[in-house]
Amino acid sequence: MRKIISVLLIVVLTVSAVTLAGCGSSRVSEITSPTGTYTRDLEGTTINVFNWGEYISDGSEGSLDVNAAFEALTGIKVNYMNFESNEAMYSKLKSGAVSYDIIIPSDYMIARLLEENMLQPLDFSKIDNFHYIADEYKNLYYDPDNAYTVPYSVGMVGLIYNTTMVEEAPTSWSAMWDSRYADDILTFNNPRDTFAIAQFLLGIDINSTDTADWDRAAEKLKEQNPLLQARVMDEVFNKMEGGNAALAPYYAGDYLTMADNNPDLAFVYPEEGTNIFVDAACVPANAQNYDAAMMYINFLLEPEVALANAEYICYASPNTAVVENPDYSLYQNEILYPAEEDKPKTQYFHNMEESIRTYYEKLWEEILLADE
Amino acid sequence: MKKALGNVFIWIIYLILYAPLLVMVFFSFNEGRSTSVFTGFSLKWYEELFASRDTMTALQNTLVLAVSSAVIATILGTAAAMYMYYLRNRAWKATMKTVTNIPMMNPEIVTGVSMMLLFVFIGRLLGADNSLSFGTLLIAHVTFNLPYVILNVLPKLNQTDPHLAEAAQDLGSTPMQAFVKVVMPAVIPGVISGFLMSFTMSLDDFVISYYTTGSDFQTLPLKIFAMTKKTVKPDMYALSSLIFITVLVLLLIINISQIRQEKKNASK
Amino acid sequence: MKKRSFAQRIAGAPYILWAALFIVIPMAIVVYYAFTDANGQFSFDNIKQLADYKETFLISFEYSFIATVITLIISYPFAYLMSKKSAASQRIMMMLVMLPMWMNLLIRTYSWMNILERNGIINNFLEQFGIEPLKMIGTPGAVIFGMIYNYIPYMIIPIYNVMSKIDKSLLESAEDLGSNGLSKLRRVILPLSMPGVISGFTMVFVPSVSTFYISQKLGGGKVMLIGDAIERQMQTSYNYNLGASLSLVLMIVILISMIVVNRFAGDDDLLI
Repeated sequence: MRKIISVLLIVVLTVSAVTLAGCGSSRVSEITSPTGTYTRDLEGTTINVFNWGEYISDGSEGSLDVNAAFEALTGIKVNYMNFESNEAMYSKLKSGAVSYDIIIPSDYMIARLLEENMLQPLDFSKIDNFHYIADEYKNLYYDPDNAYTVPYSVGMVGLIYNTTMVEEAPTSWSAMWDSRYADDILTFNNPRDTFAIAQFLLGIDINSTDTADWDRAAEKLKEQNPLLQARVMDEVFNKMEGGNAALAPYYAGDYLTMADNNPDLAFVYPEEGTNIFVDAACVPANAQNYDAAMMYINFLLEPEVALANAEYICYASPNTAVVENPDYSLYQNEILYPAEEDKPKTQYFHNMEESIRTYYEKLWEEILLADE
Repeated sequence: MKKALGNVFIWIIYLILYAPLLVMVFFSFNEGRSTSVFTGFSLKWYEELFASRDTMTALQNTLVLAVSSAVIATILGTAAAMYMYYLRNRAWKATMKTVTNIPMMNPEIVTGVSMMLLFVFIGRLLGADNSLSFGTLLIAHVTFNLPYVILNVLPKLNQTDPHLAEAAQDLGSTPMQAFVKVVMPAVIPGVISGFLMSFTMSLDDFVISYYTTGSDFQTLPLKIFAMTKKTVKPDMYALSSLIFITVLVLLLIINISQIRQEKKNASK
Repeated sequence: MKKRSFAQRIAGAPYILWAALFIVIPMAIVVYYAFTDANGQFSFDNIKQLADYKETFLISFEYSFIATVITLIISYPFAYLMSKKSAASQRIMMMLVMLPMWMNLLIRTYSWMNILERNGIINNFLEQFGIEPLKMIGTPGAVIFGMIYNYIPYMIIPIYNVMSKIDKSLLESAEDLGSNGLSKLRRVILPLSMPGVISGFTMVFVPSVSTFYISQKLGGGKVMLIGDAIERQMQTSYNYNLGASLSLVLMIVILISMIVVNRFAGDDDLLI
């Protein structure tokens, strides 16, 4: 029986050995020509970064290791942690028992954090790369004076479909209510995104504060229940790539990843309009290393860094140095960067007041129960 | 015939237990980024893995946490099981057992959030800003591991013949000696399975860890679960496959050498 | 009379302290949240809202109970057969039961999805024989299967632990007294293995009831279990109060059902 414990020890040792071996690898962990100004004054300090999972170029497949490059340039150690949803990030931050120096939530969550005084203004005099941000992503509704946030990544929801499984290419969200595709339809597994689809279809404001509007959307969603195969989040990748479903709403950039593995997939922005989101870097009110955070945000805007991130994440970039770079593999990609005349109607999610939030959460549970 | 039937049954169960692991190993060799469409054989995800500092740190954190929490829980839990076994006040004994089951009965998220609230509260009392850290994470893991240790050790104790220990004492052993010589050997298998279950629970915990860890300690499950907007790439499959194969091979080597040793001893 | 040494007496002290601090106090926090509103005022609102979750509770208990019973039916003969093997095989078999659980839950679940999907491995296999594809993912069956798969080691191990301790001489004397296989099982093995069965039942049933991940992935998000509801209240809605009251009720129901199981098993040792 002692042997079992020795097994564990051996595993631990092997793994540590492997870890050491990993340190000597040759990855791209430096940028060649920084355009912003950086100092090594904060060398030896650490910075805690809280971001979405798989949302930064990490050096895999020959890409740039952004955090390592930042460490090499400034001598500041990066502690990098991930969250899976805006809400999960919020509950951790709200506890007040952790301090991050940088967080990268989405628009409506930023609005909420600002409302609750959980962010602090940025010192734009230290973010000299800010001029790279395209004007259309400055002064957005959640931060009208652009004092608290720097956009990081942009995305839009669209309808992904399998051309071999649909009879004609869909152009409207109504395809998700088409009984011909019964049991081949996927939808989001969260209330806000799911309601938005019904709301666009019915022509209701996705940020409506009238409970009757939410009731109508809920009725529409209940009609959809018998046609649904599953409510999914990232399972959508495996399901669509494997040809297990005909229709699924998801983010445009993720469609590009899926299409790599299944050429039968196609994508459309439904004519009724769709949701657009911006994830932006902000600094929580209780950040410990403010100056390092400014440097980190500035670094994220570096053309080389932003390019690496845009390639890695596959979402649209708000950074003009990336969008206008002909070497960018998604340069003028018509799905991420549709031409002016092809641009879908888009709308941001706003932070809903508590009573509406509770109301639609309740409706959502009713929809789920009706499905059983 | 009966025996063959039994063996078939055993093999079927193992096949089911290992089916997803075979799929996992298979897709870890995928050339593409997908974990459902196989586009070609490649070792590239294994290379990626070794080069990723982030992943390796997470793996190290996970193992450190799992080993230390399982060791602490095993020691605390075994002592607690002994104590409960000898308890004669029935009401107190029932209370102890109920309390022991609470961390297991609570949905993980409730345990996670309630512990977070406790740590935050204590932190405020002590005037600390960042009350969540590796320490709080360790406390949380030990706490949810404890019932698994106790639930494994106590049945073993209940099975031991109390008269044996008494007899040993009658023959002049001190209670401590009687305990070490008679009771201990009987419970060791329970202690080991308690340790293993703790290790297992801790290795794969996501929800409780999320709420109780600090801002600089990320474990592998935390990293993997955070990928559920952008999906998991085959590098995580490669990592799991490596852990799986390493443990499997070590296990077989150790057991084979042990069997040889036993045979040698027997032939002497 | 067994004498308790001082050492035995204080053996429990660290655990009692630990349990008071990290089990009882957080539990008190849960109770506090269950009976207050968002402003910290005393309120029965959360408890009243529970009526909406009646169906969810019922389904969760139904699924977990089915899963636990099936797990027991599979694990019992498995543990029995395991205990009959040589000491070396037993060691290997036990480790092999635990090993799959060391792999990440998410990755194992994804792999199951690959196997059970419409174009998955099983259906591709059946297609070779001209059999119509089966619908597996997104059904209650898949959720129950997921529970069994995930928690089966926690049933096998405790049962095996007690079985391996059953005195071989007892079995032999039962044979000498003319017991055949079946009555030996019923009169000797079954009663003696009961503590393991009860441990296993607890360790499988309890986490099954509160699971949320499995129902979302294997159930296609179409089956709402109580774990899902609690997770959503705590995480997405940030309503700790309702989440706490849901889990409080869940715990009370589990506690009661465990007491019933214990009585039913005729074991006066509460809960273990």
